[in-house]
Amino acid sequence: MQLPKISVQGFNASFNGKPAVKNLDLEIFAQERLAIIGPASSGKTTFLRSLNRLNDLERGFSHSGDILRDGKNIYDPDIDVAELRRKVGMVYAVPVPLPWSIYDNLVYGLRLAGIRDRATLDNRIEVALRYAFLWDEVKDRLQEPANVLSGGQQQRLCIARVLVLEPDVLVLDEPCSGLDPISTAKIEDALVALKESHSIVLVTNNTKQAARASDRTAFLLLGDLIEVGPTSQIFTRPTQKRTNDYLVGQFG
Amino acid sequence: MRVSPAIIQRIAVVFMWALAAITFAVLVFILAYVLLHGLPHVTWSFLTQSPANMGRAGGIFPMILGTFLVSGLSVLVAAPVGVATAIYLTEYTHEGRMTAVIRFGADCLAGVPSIIFGLFGFVFFAITLRMGLSVLSGSLTLALMVLPTIIRTSEEAIRAVPDTYRQVSYGLGSTRWQMVLYVVLRSAIPGISTGIVLSLGRCISETAAVMLTAGSALRLPRSLFDSSRTLALHFYILSREGISMANAYATASVLIIAILALNLLAYWLMRKFVAKVGR
Repeated sequence: MQLPKISVQGFNASFNGKPAVKNLDLEIFAQERLAIIGPASSGKTTFLRSLNRLNDLERGFSHSGDILRDGKNIYDPDIDVAELRRKVGMVYAVPVPLPWSIYDNLVYGLRLAGIRDRATLDNRIEVALRYAFLWDEVKDRLQEPANVLSGGQQQRLCIARVLVLEPDVLVLDEPCSGLDPISTAKIEDALVALKESHSIVLVTNNTKQAARASDRTAFLLLGDLIEVGPTSQIFTRPTQKRTNDYLVGQFG
Repeated sequence: MRVSPAIIQRIAVVFMWALAAITFAVLVFILAYVLLHGLPHVTWSFLTQSPANMGRAGGIFPMILGTFLVSGLSVLVAAPVGVATAIYLTEYTHEGRMTAVIRFGADCLAGVPSIIFGLFGFVFFAITLRMGLSVLSGSLTLALMVLPTIIRTSEEAIRAVPDTYRQVSYGLGSTRWQMVLYVVLRSAIPGISTGIVLSLGRCISETAAVMLTAGSALRLPRSLFDSSRTLALHFYILSREGISMANAYATASVLIIAILALNLLAYWLMRKFVAKVGR
């Protein structure tokens, strides 16, 4: 039995006393794509943002329980939060290129990490852009402003911007919510290639995407984990009535 | 009878166009009036010589230098303090009683007449701190006067930076300070510099506060502890005491051209910066 990359144990998260995630137990393995589905305000994003401690920045956030990454609790006081965020790379729902050139967007995280050697930067950028299927489209115009790219290209740029930091976990918060089907397909293809070397957590409102682009699926409802299992099983033979109700569109 | 929306629309457009034209016409009239009276007297020697006979003859070189020193130094002092305050208010504290008090204080200070600042500067810097009527007293007083403007404009500029940029920066492993420095300030610099340029303009054109703190010496300031007369004050004294209306208008022309040039330079720099950083 393989050790989980990330092991969530009895994790609770709340904002100003209002619980958002309740007593969550979940494991995320290397080389897998875990989809998290569920209706609005079911705690999907809160859970995702707990994995790289972005929630720490919100006022009124409190948590209990453990999230172990390679066996080490990420909420331990001796954790370097910046380093954690580099290794648990996050992609947001709306692509947010910083208002700089494509190149500057890509090297920002590396420069923060203290990497300044030009050859290393260029090499990491090329690898990341190839992973994100963006290299051919931007290799000749890295100095152009990032916001001249199309929405789909911007989102792949955001993925590449995270990949240059060589994370081992990739968390994506509805990464295709504003994209057309072709752009969505490109990102899903990228995820297939990326899972060889990364654990991927994909939050999505689109159950079809979860069915297409994940190995396991977890269903959250109002902060509770209702059910988690292989994607094929969740979508064909869910063990919980509420999962089935959600998947057939009874609510949500 | 109902007037059709298309006609109302047309009337409104004409009305607004007329108001805009009036605004523009007033500006052009003032500029043309002053420049027509002043420019014929602006010669090379007027710009480079010291005044003679209380300003009836000679030039305004000490006033140009004095204006440059007093306004430059005051912005040099006020800008770092103001921008740092704005960063603190927006990025390092949560909204609460403390920020409300600081903001209220800044707003009140922004509305205080400049002569009150002058009086305070005279009593505090010139007398209590024994700086005398000097470039230093004047610039510190002006720094206090424009500080609220710099704080508030910088704050607005920083607030206008989308929160998503901050999230992205944190997500890529930045500390708060790195985020502020590389993401927020980089995006807010055009807005912040607008505030600073506005403040510089106010310093250059200030009269009452510098009269009470920098004094009105006609000689060339040799150190920051020398008294110095600024262009605006020189114009005031020349016209108020009826010394020389010709030289008063000439001084005013130089002042206006300097401020126009400053604004153009600031716009040019800002556009260059924005073009470089991207849209």
